[in-house]
Amino acid sequence: MPDVATLPSIEEAVALGLTRDEYALIVDKLGRPPNQVELAMFSLLWSEHCAYKHSKLLLKTLPTEGRHVVMGPGENAGAVAVGDGLAVAFKVESHNHPSAVEPFQGAATGVGGILRDIFALGARPIAVLDSLRFGEPGSSGRSRYLLDRAVAGIGHYGNSIGVPTIGGEVYFEAPYEQNCLVNAMALGLAPIDRMIRSAAAGVGNVVVLFGASTGRDGIGGASVLASAELDEADGDKRPSVQVGDPFAEKKLMECSLELLERGLLVSLQDLGAAGLTSSASEMASKGGVGIDLDVARVPLREADMEPFEIMVSESQERMLCVCEPARLDEVLAVCARWEVHGTAIGEVTDTGAMRIYRGDELVGDVPVTALVDDCPVYELAPARPRAPLYPAPVATLTADVSVREALLALLGSPNVASRRALFEQYDSIVQSRTVRRPEQADAAVLVLPDGSALGVSIDGNGRRVAADPYAGTIAAVLECAANLACVGAEPLGVTNNLNFGNPEKPHVAWQLSEAVRGLGEACRALGVPVTGGNVSLYNEAAAGPIYPTPVIGMVGQLPDARGAGRLGFAREGDAVALVGWNAAPSLAASELSKLRGEPLPDALPEVDLARERAVLEAIRDAVRAGALSSCHDVAEGGFLVAVAEACLAGSVGATLDLGASDDAWTLLFGERPGGFVVSGRREALEALDVPVEVVGTVGGEELKLTISGETTRWSLGDLSAAHAALAKLFP
Amino acid sequence: MKFGVVRFPGSCDDVDAQLAASRVGEAVLLWHADRDLQGVDAVVVPGGFSYGDYLRVGAIARFAPVMEEVIEFARAGGPVLGICNGFQVLCEAGLLPGALLPNVGLRFLCRQVDVDVEGECAFTHGLVGERLSIPVKHTTGRYYAPDPDRVRVVLRYAPGENPNGSLNDIAGVCNEAGNVMGLMPHPEHAVDELVGGSADGLKLFASAAAVLSHA
Amino acid sequence: MRARVLIRPKAGILDPQGIAVERALPALGFGGVSNVHVGRLVELDVEDAGQLDDMCRKLLANPLIEDYEIVR
Repeated sequence: MPDVATLPSIEEAVALGLTRDEYALIVDKLGRPPNQVELAMFSLLWSEHCAYKHSKLLLKTLPTEGRHVVMGPGENAGAVAVGDGLAVAFKVESHNHPSAVEPFQGAATGVGGILRDIFALGARPIAVLDSLRFGEPGSSGRSRYLLDRAVAGIGHYGNSIGVPTIGGEVYFEAPYEQNCLVNAMALGLAPIDRMIRSAAAGVGNVVVLFGASTGRDGIGGASVLASAELDEADGDKRPSVQVGDPFAEKKLMECSLELLERGLLVSLQDLGAAGLTSSASEMASKGGVGIDLDVARVPLREADMEPFEIMVSESQERMLCVCEPARLDEVLAVCARWEVHGTAIGEVTDTGAMRIYRGDELVGDVPVTALVDDCPVYELAPARPRAPLYPAPVATLTADVSVREALLALLGSPNVASRRALFEQYDSIVQSRTVRRPEQADAAVLVLPDGSALGVSIDGNGRRVAADPYAGTIAAVLECAANLACVGAEPLGVTNNLNFGNPEKPHVAWQLSEAVRGLGEACRALGVPVTGGNVSLYNEAAAGPIYPTPVIGMVGQLPDARGAGRLGFAREGDAVALVGWNAAPSLAASELSKLRGEPLPDALPEVDLARERAVLEAIRDAVRAGALSSCHDVAEGGFLVAVAEACLAGSVGATLDLGASDDAWTLLFGERPGGFVVSGRREALEALDVPVEVVGTVGGEELKLTISGETTRWSLGDLSAAHAALAKLFP
Repeated sequence: MKFGVVRFPGSCDDVDAQLAASRVGEAVLLWHADRDLQGVDAVVVPGGFSYGDYLRVGAIARFAPVMEEVIEFARAGGPVLGICNGFQVLCEAGLLPGALLPNVGLRFLCRQVDVDVEGECAFTHGLVGERLSIPVKHTTGRYYAPDPDRVRVVLRYAPGENPNGSLNDIAGVCNEAGNVMGLMPHPEHAVDELVGGSADGLKLFASAAAVLSHA
Repeated sequence: MRARVLIRPKAGILDPQGIAVERALPALGFGGVSNVHVGRLVELDVEDAGQLDDMCRKLLANPLIEDYEIVR
């Protein structure tokens, strides 16, 4: 079939991101060199983004089974049962490289993409959370710009489509200056018996494309952007960025859900990275079938598109489905009602091949297994770095700073300050499920139809992972679980986005291997399965890699939404206690340490996972029992920052006396998983089955701290003014 | 008491409005393409981004087939409540005075605010003088009218609470006859303390139901 | 024929988009800029140019808050 004179050369294959060995393997599998259409398809499906070449072997080590799991890794999203015949689907994905080039659209289409993964399963999207990383806002105009535009893009997409953005996180660290991170997590709700898989089935069934028309958006996006380190030339990559239309996606979503409600579909898949190529090939692969597609039938937005362009276009807001021929008219009628183009573009076959036609002309013919299953996977060659990888942060605190100044500096530091100026740009309440809005509790809480509720959090402190990838990743999982415990939720499942540098470099390979080892260890210890996730590699520029950043998204459940915990002190006279820590906290890799300009430590203190699990369960039970007026986990900034946050959220002061201490700074600002600041009746706190230290009382209009006989005071006004530091970034 | 909630392509808070209204009566969705109000007693034009907010907020929705029926229903004295995007649509349709402009801050803003009920109308009967806690969430909520003294103000943001630069802190208005009301805050998101911390919004729906049951 | 309609915010109504642009330009090194307003452009092929005025008043512009100019 291919005309030798027009075959792409091996150099063109390399320009598309394939190695010479991979090209040779393709030739071997086809029995001949690939033509332009076929090479384009391989270059995308065999890219890191689609094939997980450097991470697949590691990901296989993660625990994926659990009694609540309804869908595990491998489908469009994972899902867990939540009772009443319902399941919650959830997943996190990244859109890092596009967001560095065009942050508004990169972040917006990141949200669009993850939402499609959710409704592709038949689940109605009910929430979004975002996890962002940028360089230091104080010193980098570019980072301020990226933050502003990314938040605007996420808000634009989520708000317009009517899905609430209920939580998230943002960190500012110099190693993200050249490589920002934009991860988006989404949740959806579906009756278990209506959830649909993506495997194409039924020889002779019709393949239907519906949604927006196809243009040249993002051509080469998955291979060109996601597997490339970014540098000065990235202005040229701008045409590869997709432009999203949330209005189109809203119609697409309603159409998809109605098609499923009416039982009209055999399978459903969204089009994301690598467009038609990956959707159709993956559907065929899962079903063990072949698919014939006619690109001449694809509705186009631009004239004269070549077959390879049509196959790799990443135009947004499109879905692919399979239906029986007898139901085709009904499918197209539903599409028409929602003003969404529906077009039959192919059929399911028994050839085991992806055959691409342009009218009657066969322009591509590739075995599905070659495209989807036979991509080589690579063993990493990890090696522990012998020298520090990251420069010490720039100091912003002098050595002689007082406790008074240190608390205010921490509250005003970009990683700790209030995110109100960001989250007020998100609609956090549409769909009427939000029981805890941002800053009301440590996790977002959504009520379910039966009165129970979901607790959701997304966390991933990259600096800790940079110090110690194994323990730092364990800490990230524990942080997420602690946030859930604070609202009374029991974890049901984890999704994760692994954001790392170039895995072909031994020190990054080491970071990745150790992080996945820690992730597996922590999830096994807590009994929480990993239901899916995403990997984003090559987040690296000339200056070096990002902090290794495994972002953990966790979903849990509590039996009664009315019992959801809150983080703010609630009642004058309540006792305040520090609970949970069974060992001293540490300033290693802490926020205070960063402000002091200290280099990263070599390791983080060890953690006893079995004990941590027991603490989490005790906190969760206490919240559910109504024993606590408030519950807030100790995170960045340590114990005193957590107390200040509880005062601010409750608009009430507190008086604390910590007695004598020979290391006040570590006690006040040290960090460690498993610590909580709680308030309530003294007897209730002392009855908790965890280490408890009652340290004071809620009340008054100021935070008053006495330690080793010295007293320091902060008015609520002082704390609030410091805490509002990020508002300056959004004038 | 039967409420009809209009659903345009792009409506987001239609189901929320339907859930809120069904706490005080029956509530059905009215599809934009159908010239059929299904015999409802009151119409709600809900929040969202109808037609993607293309061209101008509410500009395209006002011409939807269902809106012809809504306009006739309103002219005949039927109670019509426009919430957020619905307020924008009713202004574009000429059922309410004024227009909504981009927020002074130019950003989307989602926040709980206090509003004071100042005027009587089909949806605020018996509520004048009350302060209600209701969320706003919009990019284009700054109320403007060339002659604000001729506008019947129903809701005003409490002092210091104006989130968008609305003229004279106006949060909600009604027409001369008092049967059509528009407001930027979302009462349908303040009907249950569990998900809102406030159930003040329910009072607007209850007020309409009370008026109609006495009619 | 190809027509262009320029839609501008009415004078006297606060135009925060115009203000935002006016503030952003000096930060990029452009001095001497004032009186900035941000509007919209609608371009269309029409058979009957006589209908343009009506189109503007009914749909393309909101006469309460916008002025329009038909440019041929």
